[in-house]
Amino acid sequence: MSFIEVKGLKFRYPLRTNETLNIPSFEVREKEKIFLFGPSGSGKTTFLEILAGVLVPQSGDVFLRGENIAAMSEKQRDAFRGRNIGFIFQNFNLIPYLNVRENIELGRHLQGRESDSVLLKKLTAKLGLTSFLEQSVSTLSTGQGQRVAAARAFYLQPSLILADEPTSSLDYDHRERFIQLLFSLSQDLGTTVIFVSHDRSLEKLFDRSVALMDLNQVSPVDDRDLEVEV
Amino acid sequence: MKTWFVLGFKSLRHRSFVNSLTVFSIALSVFLLLVIERVRHSTETGFTQTISQTDLIVGARTSGLNLILYSVFNIGQATNNISYETYEELKKNPSLEWTIPYSLGDGHRGFRVVATSEDFFKHYHYRGQEQVEFKEGQAFQNLFDVVVGAEVAKELKYTLEQKIVIAHGVTTGESFSNHDDKPFTIKGVLKPTGTPLDRAVYISLEAMEALHIDWQSGAAPTPEKRIKAEDIKPEDVRPKTITAFFLRTKNRIETLRLQREINNYPEEALTAVIPGVVLSELWRSLNYIEFALKSISWLVMLVGLGGLLSTLLTSLNERRREMSILRALGASPLHILGLLTIESALISSLGVICGVLFTYLSFAIISPILKSSLGFILETGFMQKTELIYLLLILVFGTLIGLIPAFKAMRTSLKDGLILKN
Repeated sequence: MSFIEVKGLKFRYPLRTNETLNIPSFEVREKEKIFLFGPSGSGKTTFLEILAGVLVPQSGDVFLRGENIAAMSEKQRDAFRGRNIGFIFQNFNLIPYLNVRENIELGRHLQGRESDSVLLKKLTAKLGLTSFLEQSVSTLSTGQGQRVAAARAFYLQPSLILADEPTSSLDYDHRERFIQLLFSLSQDLGTTVIFVSHDRSLEKLFDRSVALMDLNQVSPVDDRDLEVEV
Repeated sequence: MKTWFVLGFKSLRHRSFVNSLTVFSIALSVFLLLVIERVRHSTETGFTQTISQTDLIVGARTSGLNLILYSVFNIGQATNNISYETYEELKKNPSLEWTIPYSLGDGHRGFRVVATSEDFFKHYHYRGQEQVEFKEGQAFQNLFDVVVGAEVAKELKYTLEQKIVIAHGVTTGESFSNHDDKPFTIKGVLKPTGTPLDRAVYISLEAMEALHIDWQSGAAPTPEKRIKAEDIKPEDVRPKTITAFFLRTKNRIETLRLQREINNYPEEALTAVIPGVVLSELWRSLNYIEFALKSISWLVMLVGLGGLLSTLLTSLNERRREMSILRALGASPLHILGLLTIESALISSLGVICGVLFTYLSFAIISPILKSSLGFILETGFMQKTELIYLLLILVFGTLIGLIPAFKAMRTSLKDGLILKN
């Protein structure tokens, strides 16, 4: 059984006449590391949001570990997302008024899960954050901020990491080092990774490279994504 | 739950400047609400307890309200007097603890002159247990001694041993008909009481008789008929009438029986009223003042809560990213709703706490000044039930107001999804 299985997915934003996504089929194996690329406006973020259960398609199924997110209620999707999916964003999206430790632990606390000091220690050691734990996130460098975002995502012990252009603000050396760290952590925790980027120089590092244009039967012009990403 | 409170608290601290302003605005509203409520309550207490520990006020047949107005508030005129014999007869009643005779009719530069006995200084009570006290000097010892109220002394800049002249009749200012052949010497100045006592001049009943000894049918004597002060003998100045008298019974149960007895007194038409009852009725008839003060309080509160709503709504747009992150980390829309509601509850609570502290601090500073300068007793004790209800309502409304931006944020967080990349 596939870890992710998308079948007959069709998605259109409300008040829009054209569909943004029309993906007849897409599969990901467990622990696979996918490089998903496509130009701006091709619907990459929309696709991630559907995989995360933030957006619901008008038709089609999105199975994750055998559970159809598209058929869940909003409450079920929220709970499912909290348990199974970790996000790493382009601009880290750390909460500015919390310190490094609080940012990492926030997700578990929001879900009412107990802290795991062993995992926290292991993650922060691996990501070189041990000495910054009590520091405010506003004082961190770009690289440190990105590592905190990764620690926060993995601390949830998700089965899937969705990384949306997380290396766009790093130089090539740092990008590669960050991706290696990401792989090492996903190896340790048995996590599947879908990494979105338009920088194709990174695709060789992944198990599989997928062009969204090949999956999506809609031409890559979506003014919603353009509004946000431009 | 603890996570949400911690998150709410840290989030508020992060925008401390704007939130401090909101807390300050609510604190100020709470302060004004409590001050107005305290002033209103203190005024009511001061008014209804202008006279206390007096069970009945007795005067010539008139309405209860009129009797209270002229005998306690120095307003209006007595319709008639009571004969001194009647007063002495009633005074013999064994159920009485004490009486204070009052004779009115003359004035001094706009202030009433009250002729009374030394019992006034011994027994007159106001605001519960408060008694008439001397700021300086003492009660009248000689016929032409006078004691002045605090406001009279302050306004007319009077000091002990100063000579003053009583005017015939009650005037609003200077009089053309003065008893200037019989000047009085100020022997005592009363402490401020915050009651009409402060605006009166006190002489003895005998002095009132002495002033009018040579007056006939309300007319001033001709120079040849004038009797000099030094020629007046004690037996000539025995009071013939008084305007009213205050009495206290030995047993409160006797009051109603005594009231009925006096109202049916066969020798003279009299009216006896229970001051507390009439004063409460009078205050209730002035309830538009209370309504106006309460309305101002609530308008002030409305402005404070409006400020809270405006701050929460304004900060909402800046916080769309924060809401998206929380959603991505597993927070449900209800969690977002809860977070913002907790924040508004925290702001309201802080505002209420600061407002209460600020109020009590101000009371501690202002209350002694008000008491010594105006005789106004601002109640500084623990909060009344009404005030606690008001504060509770502010907290409830403050929290409920948070639901407006919270619902908006909940809907926005769903709409935004995770798209806020920059």
